[in-house]
Amino acid sequence: MIRLGIDVGGTNTDGVILSADNEILASTKSTTTKDIFSGIKQTLNKLMEESKLNAEKIDIATLGTTHCTNAIVERKGLNRVGIIRICLPSGSAVTPLLDWPQDLVDQLDPRVLLIHGGYEYNGEPIAALEESELQDVVEAFKGEVDSIAITSVFSPVQDEQEKYVADYINKAMPEIPISISSEIGSVGLIERENATILNAALMSTIRRVSEGFQQALEQEGIQAKIFLGQNDGTLMTNEYAQRYPIYTIACGPTNSIRGAAHLTNEPDAIVVDIGGTTTDIGVLANSFPRQTSLAVEVGGVRTNYRMPDIYSVGFGGGTKIHRKDNGWKVGPDSVGYRLMEEAKSFGGEILTATDIAIAKGQVYFGHPDIASFKDLPIDDIYESMTHVVEEAIDRMKTNSEDATVVLVGGGAALIPETLKGASKVIRPAHAGVANAIGAALGDISGTVERIYLLENESYEAIMENAKAEAVKNAVAAGADPDQIQIIQLEDFPLAYLPGQALLVKVKVAGPLKM
Amino acid sequence: MKWLNEEDIQHISIGAAVLGTGGGGDPYIGKMLALSAIKKYGPVKMVTVEELEEDHFVLPVSGMGSPSVLVEKIPSFDQLKAPLEAYEEAVGKKVDVVMPIEIGGVNSLIPVAVAAMKGIPILDGDAMGRAFPEAQMVTFHLDGLKPELVTLGDEKSNVVSINPADGIWSEKISRQITIVMGGSSIVCDYGINGKQAKESVIPDTLTLAQQIGALLTNERTAKIHPIVQMLEKLNGYKLFTGKAIQIERKIHGGFTRGKAIFEGSDEDKESTCQLFFQNEHLLAEVNGQPVAITPDLIAVLDEETGMPITTEGLKYGARAVIVAFPAHEKWRTDIGIETAGPKYFKYECDYIPLETLVKEVNQ
Repeated sequence: MIRLGIDVGGTNTDGVILSADNEILASTKSTTTKDIFSGIKQTLNKLMEESKLNAEKIDIATLGTTHCTNAIVERKGLNRVGIIRICLPSGSAVTPLLDWPQDLVDQLDPRVLLIHGGYEYNGEPIAALEESELQDVVEAFKGEVDSIAITSVFSPVQDEQEKYVADYINKAMPEIPISISSEIGSVGLIERENATILNAALMSTIRRVSEGFQQALEQEGIQAKIFLGQNDGTLMTNEYAQRYPIYTIACGPTNSIRGAAHLTNEPDAIVVDIGGTTTDIGVLANSFPRQTSLAVEVGGVRTNYRMPDIYSVGFGGGTKIHRKDNGWKVGPDSVGYRLMEEAKSFGGEILTATDIAIAKGQVYFGHPDIASFKDLPIDDIYESMTHVVEEAIDRMKTNSEDATVVLVGGGAALIPETLKGASKVIRPAHAGVANAIGAALGDISGTVERIYLLENESYEAIMENAKAEAVKNAVAAGADPDQIQIIQLEDFPLAYLPGQALLVKVKVAGPLKM
Repeated sequence: MKWLNEEDIQHISIGAAVLGTGGGGDPYIGKMLALSAIKKYGPVKMVTVEELEEDHFVLPVSGMGSPSVLVEKIPSFDQLKAPLEAYEEAVGKKVDVVMPIEIGGVNSLIPVAVAAMKGIPILDGDAMGRAFPEAQMVTFHLDGLKPELVTLGDEKSNVVSINPADGIWSEKISRQITIVMGGSSIVCDYGINGKQAKESVIPDTLTLAQQIGALLTNERTAKIHPIVQMLEKLNGYKLFTGKAIQIERKIHGGFTRGKAIFEGSDEDKESTCQLFFQNEHLLAEVNGQPVAITPDLIAVLDEETGMPITTEGLKYGARAVIVAFPAHEKWRTDIGIETAGPKYFKYECDYIPLETLVKEVNQ
């Protein structure tokens, strides 16, 4: 089974082809283009030339892309969303979209309806659904919306009403895609609703992504099955991605983390992805990226769906080194992709982190005019650069023990192989295209994040149910049921509540079923 | 007198998180309720304690119960005002001014929403000067006032009135009713007149929260770090600068109890700070010696931005400045210390005022 993976980043579009044994057959880097697809086409073309493979041999093509992030940030190509909140008589004091940026709301041209229903924390209904209100919803949405977002109070405890309303509307308007909040976000109605609305708004964008990718592949004669990268570092089938486009947001850093796991065989490590302008630091836990537990803003909207725990610092190969007072300061600004023109070692005028690493003898390239560096306190500046990365690594730890650190990305070579806080530092071969490798690896995940009540079932039964549901989700997304493993299994008791309410998070993953 | 605008609400929500001393619930949902009510019903007038007339009827409004429920089952407008209207009906007079019961966290802004709806002013002051976990931990209780009448409401239009024997019974009974209501309720208690308010309310705390929030949000034009400015504003002390290296939490009787250990940096290199919390930060020790003790206020601030870090949000590796502010003098009395001092929260030490502790450490 030969796999092709492409990762579209802010600066570069990287690609690899992996053999059945995950051996790298070809790898390339191209500049990301404004329209994204011409950059993808260029990458595909280079990959096919380099590998000299027969296009028909490629079975699987995966794409990690920033399309959905861009659509939200640039407010472009978003759908008209019908928003249903199942909450009355609660919830009316804070209506949907209340603190959204106005330009984004204008793009959604939303229709908003609050209807009776929702649940208490213990799963008892606040109110029953009302048939007449559902008819009103259909009436109000017909011809006015492209997609629909449904959110009910405490749907992480009980999702029955969300599903019932979705079924009802689907019967009346089968062509309209529907997103339900229990499949997307966590506890916190507004944040979960926001994520669900964004998901619904991305339906056309994700369709264009898969159509564009399909077309680009066909141009090269590739007839592979398409998968898209999602932000837990796994893949989803094209059909699945069409329902959950929001999961493609922030898939870039997670692709690097997964690629690092593959290149080093380290299940637990801190992954430092050094680019031209920034360094992204993530954590490998059980071979998968650790998720954040905090609310995350996407395009100015507060959400709580699962996102990778990534810490970014303004340090990369192009980072400028400034004179400051009597000393020197590292960044945070950068020459970015203009490194080859503007850095001193390449005949430019600007002193960058790359120049310092060259002068230090850490890396060997360019044509450094060593004489011009001789008055600089190279050792001190290099130590400051290293310190920026060490500080950032420490921030991502959960305890004070030394950790394994994996350096990847185009700037991986800049940093030494001994770092404070690191038990060992690994800089694997192919570190520069770890992201594309991560995109090409074929694992599929399933997650469950919901509240269970200990008064209804035993702890063991709850955990078994949650696991079974996560496995079911992974299989639905395309995983091989016989090879699924548990990646994460955690429970958090909720404070100030009687009895015991547990928020359970489960993630399972397994290789693609062919 | 002053009109609260949208920016003030934003600032209060941040300042309230600092004064929440690590607890009090995320002010986000309170901010949303206040902004939403102002958008629908118009702006809110804030009056000072001095501006109150002696015969004004002043009523605190607050949310009770689990923050995890409040962020999921958001109140309706009817629910926000029902307990107040029930209170008015029971005592046979109209409320002139509403007030926050606590300035820390989500409860700082819930009464702003109610004030907007009713078209009446909000009082610039509260009954804690910070956040505390239990209903009797209010200056009214310290001054011997009883809640007299307590009204609670849920979104299903249930309204319950109780006449508790005292503040402690009010806490016990109200908490049970709140659970039956689905884990979250809107509460009115301690309806007082202007004269009593002048005696018992801690004045100007909404303005204080607003000023702290403005310090932390406004672009830093001044060379002075916002934390330093905040300490000046609150007569506070910087206790420790360091990194969180260990955090232990246990959920016990509905409360999150635990401790965090910080390893010192800068001038605190070689020192260790232990911070004990139960929803709020309650006790700070440096090298085993207490440096700040409840009811004095302890806040953990992000070293870089000065933004408050909650007991729930505190993680390994957080670079923090631990600061403390003196509690209002009412909390430093015998009954104040009995109600919310270290012994009540089952810590061994005796209460010693912050200023004394700081002086001892410096000697």
